[in-house]
Amino acid sequence: MHDMNPDDIVGEYREHTLTFQDGTSRHVLVTDIESPYPDGRLIVSRTDPAGIITQVNHSFVEMAVYSEEELLGQPHHILRHPDMPPAAFKDLWDTVQKGEKWHGYVKNLRKDGGFYWVLATVIPNVRNGKITGYTSVRRKPARRKVEECIKTYPTLF
Amino acid sequence: MPFQLTVSPDFTPDHISGWYIFNTWLQKALDEGVHLELYNNFNDQRSAIQSDQVDLIYANPYDAAMLVREKGFLPVARPGGVADEAIIAVRDDSSTQVVEDLSSGIRIAATDDPDVNLMCAIMLEPAELNAENTQREEKESYPLVAKAVIQGQVDLGFFLAEAFNSLSGVTRKQLRPLVTSQIHIIHHALLVGPKLAHRQQQLSELLAGMSEDPKGSGVLQSLGFDSWVKVEEEEMEFMIDLMDTLTYQPA
Repeated sequence: MHDMNPDDIVGEYREHTLTFQDGTSRHVLVTDIESPYPDGRLIVSRTDPAGIITQVNHSFVEMAVYSEEELLGQPHHILRHPDMPPAAFKDLWDTVQKGEKWHGYVKNLRKDGGFYWVLATVIPNVRNGKITGYTSVRRKPARRKVEECIKTYPTLF
Repeated sequence: MPFQLTVSPDFTPDHISGWYIFNTWLQKALDEGVHLELYNNFNDQRSAIQSDQVDLIYANPYDAAMLVREKGFLPVARPGGVADEAIIAVRDDSSTQVVEDLSSGIRIAATDDPDVNLMCAIMLEPAELNAENTQREEKESYPLVAKAVIQGQVDLGFFLAEAFNSLSGVTRKQLRPLVTSQIHIIHHALLVGPKLAHRQQQLSELLAGMSEDPKGSGVLQSLGFDSWVKVEEEEMEFMIDLMDTLTYQPA
């Protein structure tokens, strides 16, 4: 996965290096610009069992700012924001690999360095008894819940 | 014994005759006796499904998981260019401008349409509203939901977008959509039960060709559809997984 490109960033940014569970790392550029979650929409994507994106809907593309071509084939952590505690994603993977649904509030990173909050549900796609991939559906979160996460997430690092 | 076809009870009343016309077309196409049974509500229809009376169903997406994963139904087709979308509407003179203006204790009028009620419940979540802190009044039809909102008996109504847009102009003028879903991937689908599973492929092909046949296109018109589009099993499973994620209610 490519590092973020300063030419894509809107506004002043800070630099971070993220290290993922698979041992890879990415240089990311983040701003303080929040994009509100649009009313009435669901952001939907699917991945293979390894977390590689195989399908995204229009709302996903619109909010992430990446094109569909840029997203397909990339690991889902292309959206990982440095303010998200790694423990949240460990819990996500531990839960879905057991075949269970995971729910959580997630701050996602956009291609332009901005962010958006979602209430995410991830469900394993079980076909003939085997997990063939995962479907993630995000919806608009309650602001009070987001404010709670803004307070608690920094304590989870 | 003829096979039984049934239709999700949320179909638009204008299309009742369309389903009878479709049933006649279907019997000829399959060269089988098919009886169309229209149930008054979802509970009666689910009882019939549980007792294995149903062989073909134009199903609400909310019931798809039960039909496919518990009762062995297979997907055949969905209407082309049509998705289930929902609208939460308030009275036109309501002071409520956005969902976040709403607070606990509000009164809601809704039908028993399960996918619409689920989508609308999700659109109320940003205001932390749920079944516990709202009052729901069930109405028999969308015009009655509209009436309850207009008369001020409730604060808002849950509507199937198609039904909202079919309300009379006078009624719609007295209502204001507060939020409209733009989900695009939730849709009704025609499914076949185990007794007709061997005709799944043939039926998919017959339905997909309907819009190109002059008689078939007339039948489609009476149903209010442009066409039938084949639904693959994985597409159906994907929608079932998606509906499953939506049943989660945040604490």
